[in-house]
Amino acid sequence: MGTIASILTDTYWSPYAAGIGIGLLSWLSFLISGKPIATSTTFARTGGMIENFITGGKAERRPYYKKISLKINWQWMLVVGIVIGSFLSAIISGDFQVGVWIPSLWASAFGDSVLLRLLVAVAGGIILGFGSRFAGGCTSGHGISGTLQLAVSSWVSAIFFFVGGIITAHIIFLVIA
Amino acid sequence: MDTKKQVSKTKQDARGAVAVEDRRPLFFGLGFGILFGFLLHKGGATKYDVIVGQLLLTDFTVLQIMLSAVATGMIGIYFMKSMGWIKLSLKKGSVGKNVIGASIFGVGFAILGYCPGTIAGAVGNGYLDAIVGGLAGIVLGTWIFAVMYPGLKNGILKKGDFGDITIPRLLKVNDWVVVVPAIVLIVLVLFWIEKAGF
Repeated sequence: MGTIASILTDTYWSPYAAGIGIGLLSWLSFLISGKPIATSTTFARTGGMIENFITGGKAERRPYYKKISLKINWQWMLVVGIVIGSFLSAIISGDFQVGVWIPSLWASAFGDSVLLRLLVAVAGGIILGFGSRFAGGCTSGHGISGTLQLAVSSWVSAIFFFVGGIITAHIIFLVIA
Repeated sequence: MDTKKQVSKTKQDARGAVAVEDRRPLFFGLGFGILFGFLLHKGGATKYDVIVGQLLLTDFTVLQIMLSAVATGMIGIYFMKSMGWIKLSLKKGSVGKNVIGASIFGVGFAILGYCPGTIAGAVGNGYLDAIVGGLAGIVLGTWIFAVMYPGLKNGILKKGDFGDITIPRLLKVNDWVVVVPAIVLIVLVLFWIEKAGF
């Protein structure tokens, strides 16, 4: 703790400070943009845009893409912003990672094969992306923005995100590893 | 802000033609995203080790961030709602979506070690497994869902439908009857986690 500059260059803040900041951000997001903070539809839109690009516009015909509409919108820019914000924080605190393919916790259990980690990350990503659209939201849309509005759908989702995640993580690190 | 929006809307209507798209929401989205990403990184939530540590119940950072965000957010959102400044934006739910879909999400969450918001943060943080592997996987997974959507729409996604209801509406009580105990409960859980030494 110290000057404002040293706070910004600290790698970590108290998780409560970060959380309260995100809570305050949700007030502004509702008040100014009329929207809750959420991210996962952006990945679906991006997938549709890529299919459109490859097939020359055929993705537009899919009912799901009609429903979410394939254009760059507020939430799409929010996700771009997350990348930039995290990059800024990492750079000014000297925490930007160069050449890190394998998280240390993963390496401690499964070794240093980049290919293995990438294959597992792709597989996990597929399940995660599919599940996020199945559930109609992710850890931000349901887990933070939905639960803070006391939505039943979001509380149920948040609980099962963690039920599924906790069981799977234990299987991966205690049974498979 | 509101008046500005209205003025620009009237201007567009006056032109009569296809309204020029208001780009301001895009800049606000970007700005909120930058702050969100900054906070996610400062909290440590852009890291696989922290996220999987939470799922292994050895590191409670993720829950500490989420619960303090939810408690803070809830007070302000329900205050602004009671003042008529904002409207809630609720997702419709069903057992199929929020139990089965969310459990599938949880499996992917643990295997990948990031979620859709934190992977964007992990990309900004420079983690290459997120940039090269995870991003492609998530986009592919959502595409598979889009392909399967016509078959799922009136089947499993509708199973046990309960709509876009809130807990106060479900219990048929005033909002604050739920908000106040919910915040007390969250604070107690956070104290308990601290006391347990996490």
